[in-house]
Amino acid sequence: MEFYRLKNNPGAVNVSDIPVLEYDAFTEQTLTLLKKREHHAVDYFTTCTGNKLRFFILIAGDDTHTIYLYSHVQDRNVKVLNSLTAHHYPMHVFEREIFEEHGILFVGHPWLKPLRYPNERADRNAAMSNYPFYTIESEELHEVGVGPVHAGVIEPGHFRFICHGENVLHLEIQLGYQHRGLSGLFASSRNMLHRALLAESIAGDSAIGHVLAFSQAAEALCSFIPPSTLQTERIVALEMERIAVHIGDTAALCGDVGYQLGQAACEALRTIVINTMQDWCGNRFGKGLIRPGGTNFPLSADIAGHIMEKLDEVRKRFGNAADLVYNNTGILSRFENTGTVSLAQARHLGAVGVSARASGLKRDVRASHPFQAYTEMKYSPPALDTGDVLARGYMRKLEADISFMVIMKLLDTFRESGSDISPKPDYLMKFKPETLSVSLTEGWRGEISHCIITDETGEVLAARLKDPSIHNWTMLALAVRGAEISDFPLCNKSFNLSYCGHDL
Amino acid sequence: MLNELKVLSDHGRQYISDLRNKPVSERFRGRPVISGEITSNEIKEVSAMCPAMAIDSRCGAIDLGKCLFCNECALMLPQRISFTNDYRISANRREDLIVRPGQTSQIRPGEVYIRKEVRHLFSKALKLREVSAAGDNSCEMELTAAGNVNFDMGRFGIEFVASPRHADGVVITGPVSENMAEALKMTYDAIPDPKIIILVGTDAISGGLFAGSRALNRKFIDEHTVDLYVPGNPAHPLTFINGVLDLLGI
Ligand code: SF4
Repeated sequence: MEFYRLKNNPGAVNVSDIPVLEYDAFTEQTLTLLKKREHHAVDYFTTCTGNKLRFFILIAGDDTHTIYLYSHVQDRNVKVLNSLTAHHYPMHVFEREIFEEHGILFVGHPWLKPLRYPNERADRNAAMSNYPFYTIESEELHEVGVGPVHAGVIEPGHFRFICHGENVLHLEIQLGYQHRGLSGLFASSRNMLHRALLAESIAGDSAIGHVLAFSQAAEALCSFIPPSTLQTERIVALEMERIAVHIGDTAALCGDVGYQLGQAACEALRTIVINTMQDWCGNRFGKGLIRPGGTNFPLSADIAGHIMEKLDEVRKRFGNAADLVYNNTGILSRFENTGTVSLAQARHLGAVGVSARASGLKRDVRASHPFQAYTEMKYSPPALDTGDVLARGYMRKLEADISFMVIMKLLDTFRESGSDISPKPDYLMKFKPETLSVSLTEGWRGEISHCIITDETGEVLAARLKDPSIHNWTMLALAVRGAEISDFPLCNKSFNLSYCGHDL
Repeated sequence: MLNELKVLSDHGRQYISDLRNKPVSERFRGRPVISGEITSNEIKEVSAMCPAMAIDSRCGAIDLGKCLFCNECALMLPQRISFTNDYRISANRREDLIVRPGQTSQIRPGEVYIRKEVRHLFSKALKLREVSAAGDNSCEMELTAAGNVNFDMGRFGIEFVASPRHADGVVITGPVSENMAEALKMTYDAIPDPKIIILVGTDAISGGLFAGSRALNRKFIDEHTVDLYVPGNPAHPLTFINGVLDLLGI
């Protein structure tokens, strides 16, 4: 096999060291690697220079803590290729993306449709308004269209159901409404601070997960190793983000089934977490806290103590509230066996993150490709196996508990030893030329990955920013199959996927 | 039952009784103050650094409609620029979001620019339809929070409703993508007259970070009169609530 094996997260490799394979060999190797259960495709994308299109694939080896990297190069006017999706389903979104951007037809792809309607799409006749939905001709069936604007204060997306009475036979999700052209702005930006701000906006609810992934990718391009206090700060922030969302989602799930006590209690607890974040860095979502090379908000003993005190209170109270929620028979009857995704399905779809773990698929970057302070810990992710709303809900409780523990441990160590103050951010870092860096973090939704490729002067040539949602949207579509359409909001909430992260 | 009582008693009283004067973290970045002593060289330097191009390179004014509240200007010129934690920074004229060197006055919606029917019709109840037009979900979450147990703007009859048919106005978040332009317009058109428009977050007000992107279509914003601008990245629930209260004269 011909690949470059990246052993570190983040890691960097000379672009010329990434093997280039003929498409047939590329396909064969990809399918062979992906046969193994511990492997999954982290990302698959193209870069364009002159008349050449280069396809990069990143395959994670979860058991070996590595990333396999290789590529394929072809002329831009080659417009037909055999589909990888036909043999390995999780590739479907990536091939749709390449199809949409470059007009390449992937033979054997089950539904080669536009993904997000970017401005630079190959087919200008493809429009949001004429998305080719799957339809069934039948007098007994009807279609229900929901969105893009939804009843709640949430992001836009369109859901098209094919129903038999109340039962959902099929759901197709059309996204793209949120497309801002972020990757393009990122790649053309010549300003590190500007890039950090863009990274924080990929998905505002995962600002920390994304800006950390970006900072790591940038630091790998200049061999900067973050000092241990900086690593502590980053992981404390990342886990606070996770706790806040997990508690907030618990509130939302309670709200969806009309359990007001659970909703109110959890909303208030989320507020405490994000207000503590604001006490630390001035922003409830942690925007401004994580930067390449350092931070503007170094931890002090006072702030560490404040975070510990607040989080300890939240931990106890959330424990009580979750006990209440998950012992309430009314709630259990709504959550149990609703929106089930089996382990086999999760695996088939290439699911990641907390939703995958709720179905028993133990994929977690903190364990498989440890980063920052996680390199010093043996993180072992919890998992459940029922894959229903209950599992996706209860995972939030299990994960929040671990996050509390991780934060306390890190802050304890910081307080005992910590006199070193983290450096200031470095916006003038010089990147190595012709290098590709890969950085993974485990955001609260799952695997975030950022890749930056530099040109011969060390300037950014291309960037690839991946939100975990892109792997998981089809999970939601499968979860509601056979369910009553009225269960859709609950299912949707239990995944809480990102629209803007998908659409960028 | 005992467990319920325990959770209830832990929960205690979360309600913020005085939303007008509730203090927030000292580090929260709200209204900036720029020293009148700032020199033209300093202005040049800091405006070139600002990643949002929010600082006027001639006079040194900060445009809160463009500012992303990243704090870098204050770190660069700590003697000249600082962000106070004054979160009441909503305005109803675009130019009132511009804070000039030497200016220490607060930002408030100008009474004379409020359309007569707004207070007359909506001050007892204001129902709003929210449209996220490529927002990053942080402003959206803050708007949801504005109605939660802490901020509870519902006490003033202000709430988000599920249908534009039930709404008195639209709240827009996000820089307005080309792909959402039509849905935004359709939602607005479906709201009965008279109606108001509120822009929440820097992205909505100016396009923010995405201002130059070809994936945007801000025609709707350019063609309509905006009743309230609520800056922030994201806008704080208190910035939104206070802005709306000022608009309605509550
Ligand atoms: S805080 Fe605002 S004005 Fe200052 S540098 Fe950041 S974006 Fe520019």
